Amino acid sequence: MAQIFHRSSNSLANVSIASAVLALGGLVWSAYKLNAGYFTTGVSRSIDQTVPFSHKHHVGDDGIDCRYCHQFVETSDFAGLPPTETCMSCHSQIWLNAELLEPVRESFRTGKSLEWTRVYDLPDFVYFNHSIHINKGIGCSSCHGRVDKMPLTFKANTLFMQWCVECHRDPSRHVRPKSEVFNPAYETPAPDQDEIGPKLVAEYKIQSLTDCVTCHR
Amino acid sequence: MPSIKYWRSFEELANTQEFQAFVEDEFPNRTPDWNDPGSRRKFLTLMGASALLAGASACTVQPPESIVPYVRQPEEFVPGKPLFYATAVTGPGGVATGLLVESHLGRPTKIEGNPQHPASLGATDTFMQASVLNLYDPDRSQTALHNGYISTWGAFITALIGVRDVAGLKQGEGLRILTGTVTSPTLAAQLQEFLAANPKAKWHQYEAGGRHSARAGSTAAFGKAFNATYRFDRANVIVSLDADFLCSGMPGGLRYARDFAGRRRAAAEDPSAKPPRLYVAEGTPSITGGMAEHRFRMRTSEVEAFAAKLPDAIMKDLEANHGASIVVAGEHQPARVHAIAHELNARLGNVGKTVIYTDPVEANPIDEIASIQELVKDMNSGAVDALLILGENGGGGDGGNPVYDAPADLNFLDALKKVKFRAQLGLYANETAAWCHWHVPAAHYLESWSDARAYDGTATIVQPLIAPLYGGKTTHEVLNVLLNRGDKSPLETVRDYWKTQHKGADFEDFWQVSLHDGMVAGSAFPEKTPPAAKVPDAAAAPVASGLEIVFRPDPAVGGGAFSNNAWLQELPKPQNKMTWDNAVWISPKSAEHYGVETGDVVEIELSGRKVEGPVWVLPGHADESLTVHLGYGRTRAGKIGDNVGFDAYALSTTGARTHAAGASITRKRHGYKFANTQHTQTMEERDPFRVGTLAEYHQRPEFANPEAKRVADDHTMFPLWDYNKGHKWGMSIDLTACVGCQACMVACQAENNIAVVGKEQVALGRHMNWIRVDRYYSGSLEEPEMYFQPVPCMHCENALCELVCPVAATVHSAEGLNEMVYNRCVGTRYCSNNCPYKVRRFNFFLYSDWDTQSLFGVRNPDVTVRSRGVMEKCSYCVQRINRVKIDADKADRPIQDGEIVTACMQACPAQAIVFGDLNDPASRVSKLKRQPRDYGLLSELDTRPRTTYLARLRNPNPEIEKS
Repeated sequence: MAQIFHRSSNSLANVSIASAVLALGGLVWSAYKLNAGYFTTGVSRSIDQTVPFSHKHHVGDDGIDCRYCHQFVETSDFAGLPPTETCMSCHSQIWLNAELLEPVRESFRTGKSLEWTRVYDLPDFVYFNHSIHINKGIGCSSCHGRVDKMPLTFKANTLFMQWCVECHRDPSRHVRPKSEVFNPAYETPAPDQDEIGPKLVAEYKIQSLTDCVTCHR
Repeated sequence: MPSIKYWRSFEELANTQEFQAFVEDEFPNRTPDWNDPGSRRKFLTLMGASALLAGASACTVQPPESIVPYVRQPEEFVPGKPLFYATAVTGPGGVATGLLVESHLGRPTKIEGNPQHPASLGATDTFMQASVLNLYDPDRSQTALHNGYISTWGAFITALIGVRDVAGLKQGEGLRILTGTVTSPTLAAQLQEFLAANPKAKWHQYEAGGRHSARAGSTAAFGKAFNATYRFDRANVIVSLDADFLCSGMPGGLRYARDFAGRRRAAAEDPSAKPPRLYVAEGTPSITGGMAEHRFRMRTSEVEAFAAKLPDAIMKDLEANHGASIVVAGEHQPARVHAIAHELNARLGNVGKTVIYTDPVEANPIDEIASIQELVKDMNSGAVDALLILGENGGGGDGGNPVYDAPADLNFLDALKKVKFRAQLGLYANETAAWCHWHVPAAHYLESWSDARAYDGTATIVQPLIAPLYGGKTTHEVLNVLLNRGDKSPLETVRDYWKTQHKGADFEDFWQVSLHDGMVAGSAFPEKTPPAAKVPDAAAAPVASGLEIVFRPDPAVGGGAFSNNAWLQELPKPQNKMTWDNAVWISPKSAEHYGVETGDVVEIELSGRKVEGPVWVLPGHADESLTVHLGYGRTRAGKIGDNVGFDAYALSTTGARTHAAGASITRKRHGYKFANTQHTQTMEERDPFRVGTLAEYHQRPEFANPEAKRVADDHTMFPLWDYNKGHKWGMSIDLTACVGCQACMVACQAENNIAVVGKEQVALGRHMNWIRVDRYYSGSLEEPEMYFQPVPCMHCENALCELVCPVAATVHSAEGLNEMVYNRCVGTRYCSNNCPYKVRRFNFFLYSDWDTQSLFGVRNPDVTVRSRGVMEKCSYCVQRINRVKIDADKADRPIQDGEIVTACMQACPAQAIVFGDLNDPASRVSKLKRQPRDYGLLSELDTRPRTTYLARLRNPNPEIEKS
């Protein structure tokens, strides 16, 4: 019986197998990229808010401390959002007629709360505690990025578990002196991180907690 | 020890073929899905499709969520940190227990006991734990009703004022107020003030589950009402005459359980401590009967004769412990039994030592049966123009629903219909509300300002945790309308009353301290010395023969106030582990005699009244006696409680309120399906519950750990875990202390957002409780000993579940917790298959209610609400562990022993559950585990459970034990 396929079919078969593998790989890769990308994670995308609040102005230009508004960040799970009263402590004095601030004044007048859309929104099965991170020398900017440079607030990181666990496995890469926790310009890993990291981990008694129940319960 | 044979039900004892098949079938009652005729091709098609759909359904984008900050932040209000407020719940008889209620951002989520309050000392019972669910019950009455149409509080006031003014012209004649038992000093003062101004108006009290016999008994013995409280911590010998005094609705029951268990534990730990001994005479098996060294089984009506002449052995024991014994009569026994108990206590020198008499805690201790009889008589004669029924507040007292629970012979409804103005204040638009012109929603006790007295008279303040969700009103507000000061708030009312009690410039301090502590300091009633007790002569007629019927509030659901509470409906009755039903309990011998068996539906007839109910054959029940439970057969309870079970109140009359002879049963049909949690975790003959006598234990301390059950530490193929760096959590459960009240089960349900599944799913073995209480019997079918064993997850060192999970959804933590990760779980259920303790629960459907908005309020925000298709189980309350760890870490201090309290441990009135760090040799749990009576459940499998048990130790009377 004569050969059914010509010799050249071999290369054709090889090419088609290789391209099938490549195509499949490409599909997986693009699915991953899509999932980890801007479209689904919302990283770097600012969200419309009732009042276009600028962290750049308040933190970067005016130098207001994080805790002035996020007052529970050192004591509670939630950092806390400022009550309208906090906004009005300044804005009853300055920018009295700014149209931009009308929702704030209205809230204060009517007693109806301002409603903000969450920028950092963990899934409901994840329990995050701000206070313990702050108390252990993990700075705001490590997760929230350079808010002092954000005219409108956006998410600076994916909040993927992989991203959390990376630091939980080796906290020495991201720990900073407690004095720098609220400094948005401080960057980790710092140039001398290899030296100060392990020292601070020991000093602050930081544990590498990678148990599931650390965050999931 | 191994000579004791435990069994859990008849089929097991009988060891029938069916039962063997049942045992071998590890998940009983499952649908025969594996036997479906279907081809491999169809299987693959379906699998492919479901994999695709599962994949597609995972592609969701998180919906945007908002944050809504305050306009003005209240002080002390930190989002993420719960606050605790002292308040109180009023249970049956209006008697208060102090609570500390957890509030998340103004939303009460969890009830805990108030450690400072004498009735609680930090403990709670099942009803208190479940009462928070009633607050958020979507079936609660949400608006005032006038003739069934939506109306307003304002319109009601107008109508009420009109009625009051008309009655006022005749000094209140024709105006009647019906309440449950009132212990609230403020409400009593308001009522007295109104009655003083309207002397011809009348105040009636009636509560089906009230303390009628106790009041009648002390009146019979002493000529006036006294309140007896007991000091079980001082008693060496206790005789219970059908008294279920261990946290079963008897006022002070929580405290009694604590004191009683405390003595038992002390005796187990210290050979020189005098061990207490409990004798129980009863017909219906109770959890107190389960704790007894010697249980005397008799018909409920025979307890009186038993009490009149206690067996010589008991009398000898009592007399040998002069001044250190207690004879306690049950709430369901007639007055004469109470009088006998009073007389015996006086004779035995117990008064002032173990039995303390005080003034009654009721504001107006009257004969409530006579009171409701009088009301019905007057309604029938037309003497009542207006009736105001002031109902329950969600605490468990049953007042306010007489159409449902008044004695059947009174025909309350027929009489009620003759009244021209009928109004009812109640948490639910219940059976009574349906026949009233006006219904006004009542405030739940967590929404109310009020006060009440505890079992020892301690004045306890009821403080609201939340503003009324549906504009509910308190009894104080209704009374204020009658008193012509309708604009006075309930807070002012309660405060002003206490101003009259505490006159002085420091009132503000006094009030703030009382609110903070939840009670008025030093307000417990002083001890009184009653006159010599007289025992009335026995009734001329001897105990009636013939089949006896006994009426009891349901052990899980109560007398009716909690019928619409799904947590309690799904809570198994301790005795037979049945849920979602009441049944006619009958002894095995009588069942044979009457030709009935479990699952038969019978018609019970008692003096012409008939009711149909299913039979449950219960070992240990008295012969020639039936027990039926009240609180079922509701028609207007709500979506949960309607048409569940049968209404036993239909048989209960003024003359036969607690029990009566002369009943008859007729078998109607067979095949009633119960939903019980028994059998789903059969343990066969593996000695899961170990028991011995104290004498035996002190001689041979290792009796609970026979050689055959021990496994050497190095007997494992896996490397051992290393916990040297951090903590090593563990739990110890003391079976000598545990009374089997199941408070831990409901506490766990509330803390961990555990879903209810309904009767059908329970029948399939799909109940979700993370901690269950197993019940074992030993001995004969007729006179068995009943034992209870709480079983949470064992958090095994060599956890079998961890080995088989294909997706690592259940893993070991660095502190030895057996973690369950919901978001990883794909629902293979291999872990549950492999768990020898069967403590893993699977969400076969979407059991958690994700739709009913009002129920979101009760959820603990620190615990994930599980979805369909995931496994769940006890986590050792890891949310509480993490909270304490973080707090300690921030303060840079070590965690104190006893700082981490799991929900079950916190609720336990007997303090049987202890949790702590095993790495700390000085911790309580470490010490307990070093006791020789510590043993692990199925530890011969080398699972190395972290939760271990302390064997039950009994102190039988050698004289009786011999015979």
